[in-house]
Amino acid sequence: MLTEFGKILIFLILGALFVAGGMIAAWLLRPHRPYPGKLATYECGEEPIGNAWVRFNVRFYVIALVFLIFEVEVVFLFPWALVYRQLGLFAFVEMAVFLLILIVGYVYVWVKGDLDWDKPKPEIPVIRRPSPQETMVNAGTLS
Amino acid sequence: MGILNYKFENSNVLITSLDSLLNWARLSSLWQMQFGLACCAIEMMAASASNFDIMRFGVIPRATPRQTDVMIVAGTVTLKMASRIKRLYDQMSEPRYVLSMGSCSNCGGPYWEHGYHVLKGVDRVIPVDVYVPGCPPRPEALLEGIMKLQEKVRSESLAKKTVTK
Repeated sequence: MLTEFGKILIFLILGALFVAGGMIAAWLLRPHRPYPGKLATYECGEEPIGNAWVRFNVRFYVIALVFLIFEVEVVFLFPWALVYRQLGLFAFVEMAVFLLILIVGYVYVWVKGDLDWDKPKPEIPVIRRPSPQETMVNAGTLS
Repeated sequence: MGILNYKFENSNVLITSLDSLLNWARLSSLWQMQFGLACCAIEMMAASASNFDIMRFGVIPRATPRQTDVMIVAGTVTLKMASRIKRLYDQMSEPRYVLSMGSCSNCGGPYWEHGYHVLKGVDRVIPVDVYVPGCPPRPEALLEGIMKLQEKVRSESLAKKTVTK
């Protein structure tokens, strides 16, 4: 008697056999003419340069987000400006509210300092050395 | 590692049966490298659209050379593009075929004499199986080219010598 898990086992075996059969048939029948160019990284025909794991500075992230917001704002502004005369005062107030909301966000980002491009500020240690005169005064040799 | 490919001196009934199965599979799924170079590509797109429906021949555009069987060079091959074409062809998996579409990729077309920037025929960098004439060829011509290519695939064999009928 076949249990429910037994059916799953049969499915697994059949699936493995199916895949293995396809791969073995391809292994028997395919042309085998290897050369390095065939294994080259596909970059739409360009010669691949460098590593694919290029890292960007994380500080671009906030800048990109803010840029995106204002870009979308311009997208909304453009059709609004085209039909502004037909829409009248209502449209002006609506757009003013919209801009105000975005400007509040912009001011928030600015005040929080997210737009500041933090440059490394190396702390140069200041070592205070007493002058020779002070040394002598401290030692009591000079009054 | 391609144990059976071109390993038989002469064909027999087993090999010809296997050949016809293989060739039928290959010619019914000639996946196409998805790129166009110039105005011929517009006709190629028209051939892909519903009026001409090149997909009924199994020509499905694929976005990577690893999955493609046929490269339809549709348009003017500039000298700058020629090295890219060669590299793309190198990256395609075998068996691979090239269909040169239009006068420009066949022989340079209108640029054959004074086109300082145009390769005088894509067959100078990669082997071409089928040439489709026209400037640009109509989608019907491309379909005929695909059918010619299918005929060519149908005549292939695992054996080195095929039995002549």
